[in-house]
Amino acid sequence: MSIGFTVNGVYRELEVDPDKPLLWVIREDLQLTGTKYGCGVAQCGACTVIIDGIAQRSCVTPAGRVESMEVTTIEGIEGPEAEAVMAAWTEVEVAQCGYCQSGQVMTAVSFLRETPNPTDDDIVAAMNGNLCRCATYTRIRAAVRQAANSLEGRP
Amino acid sequence: MTDLTPNRRAVLASAAGLIVAAAIPLPGRAKQEAWPFAPNAFIRITPDNIVKVLVKHSELGQGTWTGLTTMVAEELDADWAQMWAENAPANVQLYASSIFGVQGTGGSTATPASWLPMRQAGAAARAVLVEAAARAWGVPGAEITVSRGVVAHQGRSSDLRASFGELVPLTENVVPPADPILKTPDQFTLIGRDVPRIDAPEKSNGTAIYSIDVVRDGMLTVAVARPPKFGARLVEFDSATALATPGVRRVEQIPTGVAVYADDTWSAFRGRDALDIVWDETGAETRSSDEMMTVWAEAARTAPAVAEDRGDVDAAMASADEVIEAEFRFPFLSHAAMEPLDGVVELSLDRAEFWMGSQWQTSDQNEAAARFGVPPENIAINTMLTGGSFGRRTTADNHFTAELSEIAKAAGPGAYKLIWSREDDMRGGYYRPLTVHYMQGGLDAKGNIVAWRNNVATQSLLADSPFEQFIADGIDGSSVEGSRGLPYRLPNARVALATMESSVPVLWWRAVGHTHTAYATEVFLDELLERGGKDRVQGRLDLLDAEDADRHRGVLERVAEIADWQGPDAGNGIARGVALHKSFGSFVAMIADVSIERDEPRIHKVWAAVDCGIAINPSIIEAQVAGGLGFGLSAAMFEEIRLLEGGDVDRWNYDAYRIMRNAEMPEVEVAIIESRLSPTGIGEPGTPPIAPAVGNALRALTGQTPRRLPFVAS
Ligand code: FES
Ligand code: FES
Repeated sequence: MSIGFTVNGVYRELEVDPDKPLLWVIREDLQLTGTKYGCGVAQCGACTVIIDGIAQRSCVTPAGRVESMEVTTIEGIEGPEAEAVMAAWTEVEVAQCGYCQSGQVMTAVSFLRETPNPTDDDIVAAMNGNLCRCATYTRIRAAVRQAANSLEGRP
Repeated sequence: MTDLTPNRRAVLASAAGLIVAAAIPLPGRAKQEAWPFAPNAFIRITPDNIVKVLVKHSELGQGTWTGLTTMVAEELDADWAQMWAENAPANVQLYASSIFGVQGTGGSTATPASWLPMRQAGAAARAVLVEAAARAWGVPGAEITVSRGVVAHQGRSSDLRASFGELVPLTENVVPPADPILKTPDQFTLIGRDVPRIDAPEKSNGTAIYSIDVVRDGMLTVAVARPPKFGARLVEFDSATALATPGVRRVEQIPTGVAVYADDTWSAFRGRDALDIVWDETGAETRSSDEMMTVWAEAARTAPAVAEDRGDVDAAMASADEVIEAEFRFPFLSHAAMEPLDGVVELSLDRAEFWMGSQWQTSDQNEAAARFGVPPENIAINTMLTGGSFGRRTTADNHFTAELSEIAKAAGPGAYKLIWSREDDMRGGYYRPLTVHYMQGGLDAKGNIVAWRNNVATQSLLADSPFEQFIADGIDGSSVEGSRGLPYRLPNARVALATMESSVPVLWWRAVGHTHTAYATEVFLDELLERGGKDRVQGRLDLLDAEDADRHRGVLERVAEIADWQGPDAGNGIARGVALHKSFGSFVAMIADVSIERDEPRIHKVWAAVDCGIAINPSIIEAQVAGGLGFGLSAAMFEEIRLLEGGDVDRWNYDAYRIMRNAEMPEVEVAIIESRLSPTGIGEPGTPPIAPAVGNALRALTGQTPRRLPFVAS
């Protein structure tokens, strides 16, 4: 069956089983490997992508459900929040193994788009769904704070 | 632009001191093709001025790329911006660890094992560049300086300068010195500074490539159905439905189970689900972990093998004023690295190339060679970045490499990706062993500790492994590390071991034996100090009596200072606990502030002081201590793999096997002790002290010592 949707700004039509999780369509059919597999059951957030403006778990999103929708992966994320988040992530040196970090970054970008002026509690709540086995959590919090500040023009 | 007489080969172009490519002639060569300068196995310098370091210790997240590259850059006097790092290929002649004698990463040894070799490599390369410049410029080498990637000579009438890249073509006939002079710590300009982590950008924008991301032409993706219980065997299977699943190409029996080959991962998983398999469970482990725990606890009472014996424990215990006893129980734990086990092999007629997160390249290479019946040189291993390891990617039986090889063998030449699902990974064994400690302590009338007994019951990690030779007098050192050789004055002390058996495969898990010994010893000591009416910090300080007591004292005093330790009560319903533990050559003390919220311990803040010798990159050390304690805290709070009645593993994914989330991670403050001593481990030492620090706080808070981990039952 053919499914049509926009990925990182480009409209694609693919012959895939509509039940196939979007994660594997992105990673294997489209060869966009920045989005990661961690659990397959919506527990870890490594597979987070943005679908029509909302951060979602691609591992439990059947490909058929994104028909005609807009999917953004880490390879295609743009805008001031994305720039601020990736810059903060690099500067704070959040990553250890790095495997969870695409999902962390996507979650943080989507969060800062919704919540320009977050409290510390907002940040923890927003990032709580993304597991990091290297426990980089304190630096994740610091980097989201730094990105938020830089977007607000604060040091 | 300039004439090309030897003493004017390079020009200083701008006020900023940048080098403009100064048209150095390339004697004897027509073209500036790939002409990398390779003074030794670790360093490549290209004519376009990139210094690439081949890092022989796998980058697992612990920062080897940055750390080892810093050592090279320091002695080379390179500019950090020109440095790059890559995992070295598998080659035991070139890349054996100076500690293990084979190529591998483990035991927090990457930094200590590289401290001399990598600096020597950098210094030798520097000497070659200087000599090349000296010859080209016709000046004495001793007058040449190197700083931030610029080789320079200041003459009376001319300033000569060249980048490393410009000198590359001139290094051809220069022999590197065998014994280059190394800097002294006061000369360091990069070591001890937070040079930017080399892999930070690619791990912040999704471009870092892991083995799960590797694609080869015509590659099939493979999932394997393995026995549902440890020790069960395949009897027969029906593959008809699996083969009828769209995308599935073939099904083969391999030694570990039934392999399903498909066009993509999803089809492989679906095809595997469609297999009809009969297993023989005779001989499988059918005990529940509860049952095993009871057997282990029994064995711990009478642990037969003596690992350490000081003074006369029995007599001292008998004459003690008061004897206190305690038992501590530790569950099986899963490493649960975010990237499950996966890898790619490409097999041709008599050689194979692997892409995998190898952590023990020499064993992986030998295992694959043996499976394919070819010499090890015919096996190439591309060590990839890994989504964490924590010990999981090196096993004594090389089971992952073996399975990947068997998959290729069964299907013939071609490319194959083997992927373990999260469930395969978590239910597949190789756990931190289930362990019980039995402790006895004797106090005299003044509350001094006069006798100490620590019995350990656990499964051996080294038995039946290539490391069996490290078992001495019936003692697997990894079972009792951290229990014996305590830094405290314990005149009568005995550590003994009961080595337990089961079919559950067990494995080193970040910090190995210390994961349980630190808890048992530091919590029990804390109880004895309390019972004896002593302060938990001062009491420890007073007891310190070892060769390296100074360094223990250093971290304990520092942590007490930064946390402003005034005793276990921190007010507002918050209690504090302290712990001190040395592992992998490094000294770590921690203090944790803990309260109870919604029936669960809540860790507000952790202070840590660490002495790991000279601090090569303080930012990475801080990250390893915070991450290491986060890893230990996650286990202490939530983690447990259980075998149910009959031997089935009960937890297959993160929904049931709870690991720590962001909201549960405390604030962390790390102090690094200044030191000029050689660097020691940092990947693991942050893990052991956190559980006892929290356990001690919980006792202060509730009056009850947590005797069984995890703290939160599920
Ligand atoms: S892979 Fe989707 S949430 Fe874990
Ligand atoms: S950085 Fe390793 S899992 Fe997050």
